[in-house]
Amino acid sequence: MADALLKVERLAKRFGGIVATDDVDIAVPEGELHAVIGPNGAGKTTLISQLSGTLIADAGRIHFAGTDITRVPAWRRSHLGLARSFQITSLFLDLTVLDNVALAVQAHAGHSFRFWGNARRDADLRDPARAALEQVGLAHRADVRASLISHGEHRLLELAMALAGKPRMLLLDEPMAGLGPDESARMVETLRGLKRRYTILLVEHDMEAVFALADRITVLVYGRVIASGAPDLIRSNDQVREAYLGEDENV
Amino acid sequence: MTPAFTLRNVVIAALVLALALLPLYVALTGDRFMLTLFTRIVIMAMAAVSLNLILGYAGMMSFGHAAYLGIGGYTTAILCFEGVTSGFVQWPAALATSALFALVVGALSLRTRGVYFIMITLAFAQMAYYLASGMARYGGDDGLSLDTRSQFAGLLKLSDKTTFYYVCLVLLFGSIALIWRLTNSRFGMVLQGVRSNEARMRAIGFPTFRYKLAAFVIAGTMCGLAGALIANHTDFVSPSMMFWTRSGDLIVMVVLGGMGTLFGPVFGALALLFLEQFLPAVISAAVRPFDAADAAKAGEYWQIVLGPLLLVIVLFARGGIDGLLRSFSDLLRRSKRPGHG
Repeated sequence: MADALLKVERLAKRFGGIVATDDVDIAVPEGELHAVIGPNGAGKTTLISQLSGTLIADAGRIHFAGTDITRVPAWRRSHLGLARSFQITSLFLDLTVLDNVALAVQAHAGHSFRFWGNARRDADLRDPARAALEQVGLAHRADVRASLISHGEHRLLELAMALAGKPRMLLLDEPMAGLGPDESARMVETLRGLKRRYTILLVEHDMEAVFALADRITVLVYGRVIASGAPDLIRSNDQVREAYLGEDENV
Repeated sequence: MTPAFTLRNVVIAALVLALALLPLYVALTGDRFMLTLFTRIVIMAMAAVSLNLILGYAGMMSFGHAAYLGIGGYTTAILCFEGVTSGFVQWPAALATSALFALVVGALSLRTRGVYFIMITLAFAQMAYYLASGMARYGGDDGLSLDTRSQFAGLLKLSDKTTFYYVCLVLLFGSIALIWRLTNSRFGMVLQGVRSNEARMRAIGFPTFRYKLAAFVIAGTMCGLAGALIANHTDFVSPSMMFWTRSGDLIVMVVLGGMGTLFGPVFGALALLFLEQFLPAVISAAVRPFDAADAAKAGEYWQIVLGPLLLVIVLFARGGIDGLLRSFSDLLRRSKRPGHG
């Protein structure tokens, strides 16, 4: 797949003796929603961290939109159009919901050595931020402090922040983590709305959501890819069933 | 947008008015000591305001901020000693040396975090302290007196205490106005994002180091100006003004007054220096009925009272004095609208 937007080759990461990512190959073409699944400790978050640049890989290559970004720092990857949401909610809790998204917009609006104008009244920041909040259905909570909204709303805010930078690709780390059934359904709907407009790499535990949304699925076990392909293929793969799906009732 | 009519804003307005009218009170009562005390309060408030930019708004626990007081002060005093008495040279020089020092300290310390950051800023301040102690030509440990205050070509006579007080006050208000603009700007939003969650700031695309460094240099430079003022105020500089306990005082002022608030550091400086000044006398008076002979001595232990007082404020009034005022304002507002709380 030469024209993949994101191409990962033989990626590896070790923490001491533990192999977190072992020889991983993934290619995600433009417009695809690619899910990465795997049991706990399979190295999914480590993989996303390497893709977003929070962790630097020990070996292997990462290509994004034709450029080698293996050694590019996190903030610059974000400028290239790779946006990440966090599994553990990582927000600016003492700022308002709108402030959170406005900061994400500001990150992509040139340098911030602007010392004078009031950023909270800057339409260039506030308008796109409001638009991103509307995309995830959080506009009515814009002026509430981020620490005061619910967990489900935190997840949506995470997503709005990732969208605010007008990314080419979203790296979503368990957006449904800790959500109740209603909130999960709302998140699936939101993601379905984003599908095709963005290329998405989705790491998720919620199998129902994954099989409902993904174009292709890669299965990680102990940092290693054991299968990759269309949802039907993964569902019927014996190795996958044995390693992972067998223990899950709802598949 | 007009500020809301809350207790907190009324207190702030009263404080500003009181500071502006203080010389009038001094002229009426002849209480010159108050003018000296308040000049010191205003200058230290400016130093605390500058520390608040990095400590309160950006969450950087710098434990060496008094170094800039010393560097600004020594630059002024040394130039004076060498025959350069013009304030037009002295003050920009004080700003420049402070900025340069902050740039070096910041470039090295801001790559670290937490305790390491505290230790490195502390170490640099102690280095400045020992450097000043070692400058035999400029008095070493004994410090250096200024023969004359900074000259401004006859435009300002700083030797006049009232004039000097107003110069300090205008510079304090100017600093607060600057901090107000800065913290609401894009730059200020970055700082507040860093305080809140720096890892996330990098993940959404901010190269945080350069913004932190810029804030560090701005704060150091502002404090350097306060240093030039304090040298003029006391007509004297000594290494002790850079000692680490001095940096501690500045942190106490910021925390006591309210971190990350515009006027908090002013409240903090006022409260700490007032306590430092009057607590000994209060304690002596309280002890006198029981033990007249040792009453004066008891006053020396004023810090035994100050310590718990700080503890109570930090434990029960998160947000310091400013936070307390805010809580009272909310309480008042709620009691005015029954059925709302």
